[in-house]
Amino acid sequence: MKDAQSYHELLPHLFRQEYAKMTAVLCRHFGLKHIEIAEDIASDTFLKASEHWAINGVPENPTAWLYTVAKNRAKDYFKRLSVYERQVINEIVADNIQGEYDFELDGPALADSQLAMIFAVCNPANSSASQISLALQILCGFSVEEIANAFLAKPETIKKRLLRARANLRNDNFRLTIGNETDIHPRMDNVLKTLYLLFNEGYFSKTNNQHIRKELCSEAIRLTLLLTEHPLTHTAQTYALLALMCFQSSRLQARASDKGETILFEAQDRNLWDQSLIQRGNYYLIKATDGNEVSKYHLEAGIAYWHTTPIDENKWQHILQLYNQLMLIEYAPMTALNRAFAFAKVYGNEKGIHEAEKLKLTENAYYHGLLGYLYAPIKTDQAIHHYRRAVQLTKSKMEKLTIEKELQRLIS
Amino acid sequence: MKEFALIFRLKDIADFQPSPEQMQERMNWLGSIAAQNKLVDKGNTLLPATGSAKTVKPDNVVTDGPYTEIKEFISGYIVVRAESIDEAVAMAKGNPIFKIGGNIEVREVLNRG
Repeated sequence: MKDAQSYHELLPHLFRQEYAKMTAVLCRHFGLKHIEIAEDIASDTFLKASEHWAINGVPENPTAWLYTVAKNRAKDYFKRLSVYERQVINEIVADNIQGEYDFELDGPALADSQLAMIFAVCNPANSSASQISLALQILCGFSVEEIANAFLAKPETIKKRLLRARANLRNDNFRLTIGNETDIHPRMDNVLKTLYLLFNEGYFSKTNNQHIRKELCSEAIRLTLLLTEHPLTHTAQTYALLALMCFQSSRLQARASDKGETILFEAQDRNLWDQSLIQRGNYYLIKATDGNEVSKYHLEAGIAYWHTTPIDENKWQHILQLYNQLMLIEYAPMTALNRAFAFAKVYGNEKGIHEAEKLKLTENAYYHGLLGYLYAPIKTDQAIHHYRRAVQLTKSKMEKLTIEKELQRLIS
Repeated sequence: MKEFALIFRLKDIADFQPSPEQMQERMNWLGSIAAQNKLVDKGNTLLPATGSAKTVKPDNVVTDGPYTEIKEFISGYIVVRAESIDEAVAMAKGNPIFKIGGNIEVREVLNRG
């Protein structure tokens, strides 16, 4: 037995890691309709652990301990059910639960359960925001408060959002077994998109809490890694998405100051870039380019790759061309603005301004931020005009501070 | 908003294979239209080479390429969104195809709505 006090540090960590896995494994037996039962048993198990470990210390193998308790709770539950509802509950289900094999803690069964859960949660019937909230709760074990913090929303809003999303989850007839391609294929795009958005929620988070941001990014990476480990889901797009996440994450440390302010790319301390993540990004990007497929994730990973390279003469030309291709796949205002920035890097500010002004995104804070930046060395009054507009339009406090600092510099 | 097809024509088959610089310019032009959310369809490039181009005529007559009757050949097309044909024409004017003696036909797409 370990020191009784260490459970205080261990439990939240274990909870995060194991709660989601346990729910996924249990859900395989109860079905999505009864996901609440699975979650109740999982919560109950952790409650028991917190009580028991506080008194008796943490057991040698905490994970095994948790699963033994969960297994017994599940058996109890089925026993009780079969007493009261012998007619309704199929004996076979109760028999199944006896088998040791069914509650395998790792190996293919667990990976499959988690994978199936990802596909169940990423249900196109729900809005993207709901899918991400649900993913954070069910797949990552986040509390409602933590999700609310990440979205800068009220806990009640998140609660309502989750309730609706869960109703759809229960009504969805998605099979929680990953058998073959026909189970997976129709949802694959949506799964990747949700993981992409989950990552971006962390990377471009509204919150300036660096801890939450990192947590969201690393959860997105963990789930994407799971996809790369299954033969049915390790597609070129999955690898490209993972490469993108690795490249972006490598700069997480460097892009926020101690106060949480965003540090622009050019002002970042490159020594803070995580080289091991960049190397992993390279590795996954190579795996992603096995075939001929060029997806949005490939292009974005390509752009992120160029950002990690030291000054290269043609770097911005490469980036611009990737943005051109990205624009052809999907229009998005942010992509259009980033493309204009790259255009200015290649052809100079004046041509960049011309290119940016064509976008006419006059209600977009970033549009005015970009024009302010491009005008700054050429026409100060224009730059000030656009920066002021950006300050009015932005919803981010940190963004506002950053621009105001720039305005001060221009005015004085 | 109306939709317009921009149809690209070239005179010389040799111009069909662009240099990397020409390709960049062309992509910048296309990317710029897409960035304004005015690209409806990125269209297709149409191969002019022998074996890739035939014209089928009445009475089972099939000829190689479109070259026998017209000197120019169509190299591709895209579809854009614009308020008026003047706007579509202004978009077309930015295309680098004119540097190599090509031209662009601008045609409003019939709205069947």
